[in-house]
Amino acid sequence: MTGAPAIVATGVTRVYQLDGVAVPALRGVSLSVEPSDYLAIVGTSGSGKSTLMHLLGALDRPTSGTLLIGGRDVATLGAAEMARLRNETIGFVFQSFQLLARTTARDNVALPLVYRGLGRRERRERAAAMLDRVGLGHRLDHRPNQMSGGEQQRVAIARALVTGPSVLLADEPTGNLDSATGRSVLALLESLNAEGVAVVVVTHDRDVAARAHRRIVMRDGEIVRAEGAP
Amino acid sequence: MRIAEAWRVALDALRANRLRSTLTMLGVVIGVGAVVALISIGTGTKRQIEQQVEGLGSNLLLVVPGRLDPGAAPTVSTMTMDDVDAVTRVVGDRSRVAVAISSGETVRAGSRSAFASMQGVLETTPSVFVRRLDRGTYLTRTDIATGRRVAVLGAGTARDLFGDRDPLGRQITIGGVRFRVIGTFERLGQSLGVDRDGEVHVPVTAAQRLLGTDRIDGLAIRAPDRDRIAALGDAVVAALVKRHPDTDFSAVTQEQILGVLGDILGVLTGVLAAIAGISLLVGGVGVSNIMLVLVRERTKEIGLRKAVGARPRDIGVQFLLEAVLLTTIGGVLGMALGVTAALLVDRLTPVPAAITWWSLALAFGVSAAVGIVFGVVPAQRAGRLDPVVALRTE
Repeated sequence: MTGAPAIVATGVTRVYQLDGVAVPALRGVSLSVEPSDYLAIVGTSGSGKSTLMHLLGALDRPTSGTLLIGGRDVATLGAAEMARLRNETIGFVFQSFQLLARTTARDNVALPLVYRGLGRRERRERAAAMLDRVGLGHRLDHRPNQMSGGEQQRVAIARALVTGPSVLLADEPTGNLDSATGRSVLALLESLNAEGVAVVVVTHDRDVAARAHRRIVMRDGEIVRAEGAP
Repeated sequence: MRIAEAWRVALDALRANRLRSTLTMLGVVIGVGAVVALISIGTGTKRQIEQQVEGLGSNLLLVVPGRLDPGAAPTVSTMTMDDVDAVTRVVGDRSRVAVAISSGETVRAGSRSAFASMQGVLETTPSVFVRRLDRGTYLTRTDIATGRRVAVLGAGTARDLFGDRDPLGRQITIGGVRFRVIGTFERLGQSLGVDRDGEVHVPVTAAQRLLGTDRIDGLAIRAPDRDRIAALGDAVVAALVKRHPDTDFSAVTQEQILGVLGDILGVLTGVLAAIAGISLLVGGVGVSNIMLVLVRERTKEIGLRKAVGARPRDIGVQFLLEAVLLTTIGGVLGMALGVTAALLVDRLTPVPAAITWWSLALAFGVSAAVGIVFGVVPAQRAGRLDPVVALRTE
């Protein structure tokens, strides 16, 4: 692993067009995510933290400013190249898990590998290994509705990790979990971070944010405070 | 590998909503079924007519007054037995020339009666056309020469008049004139729903006396071999025109008759299939509609797939496959329906049906094409969905 930052945002803005009215969601954000960062992005709803997360995850392109993900300028990438960039460098963890119903834990985890073009056997092997790593080796063939919230979020984390991404983006990962389960999910993310994956958590929960090494506080589309060091 | 995954997902999605998938398929099922059934019936009818025309005998020339142009006014025959003698001289063999004067008549036997086509003919008819007797004997040259009132009955007329009794030697009356039955034909069956067994053959001379005319309607010649048909036809027409300078005559072969009939039936089959194709089109619109609903319903799933690396193309192909799967499964079911319907029609009605491989291949191809054509727009829409918007959808 090189020392180069995984993500570098410089003067990034994002303006939405709503019924012809320009609504700025980000007003010039500069930020870098280092290879072993543990960063919390904090803010109230409407502060722009979700927009920032979408940009950091290569789901969206900035209106202006430059955004480098894995060393590539997203402004120069087409939709298919963005998809590939997401597949190779980013792992997403969502508040509502976003698992496919009617699909086993193993196949849910294997999903990103489908789009990497791996064969079925290798997908299944890697998915099983990853589920084992998040402590769900015994739940391979269970479907989401047969699992608890904590287990579902672990499946989602396994799915985010199975491609070996350099950055894990977690959007309110504990939002739908009770506090004990939430803490164990955070502990899992932290152990992954200790193994070298950059973790970015978007949250409005102070306790969650407090565990991160760095905090960025957002308000009205701008970073109003940055605390801690990578 | 991605395609394999897309197939799996498509099958899974169709299975997850069986009722809706089935209803969506129904339009395609009915459309394909109708196309297959109608093409089968059209093909079957065409084959039956071909067999019947060929069954008349080979190397046959039919000579009738008038031109055979479509739209030409029918010409009243002016031919007489003298013309037949002239034609016979051209042909050089009396046994190769048959004549007919026909008239629809009510035939009576005792208290029973039947409507039949009375044919005034020569004794040569069975050797010119392929006609087999069931019982008795056919007319003889003497019968023709003397205008003897003897008759050979078609199988249908014999049954109508005599039931299970033996008609040989019994009396019938045609237009009040008594005839003696000397033979019956083998059964021929139906053609285009018309009973071909309702006929009575009598000597042409007797028929002319009964109808008060000395004319005949037309004549038929069996050429010695295929190569001489055209030349013989020209010679016969020339001889007739020489005797009737004001009248046109035409000599047509079985191939020409078959060609005309085949063209007519082909057009008819095509029109019917096209009408059935419209229901396929309606089915396709239904598929398109349901696919748009599916895309909306699964927006979140599309967002997630994009987040983990699906390209617009991957999503588009997945939904396109789903549409094609819907229509091809519908197509296969429709083929089964169409084949069943055709077989039932063939068995239960006089209308024949023949199932051809090309019609099944066509139906399958068309149903797959319907899936592609009507799946493209929803698939493109799915592929182009903004992942951020899609993920946010609840």
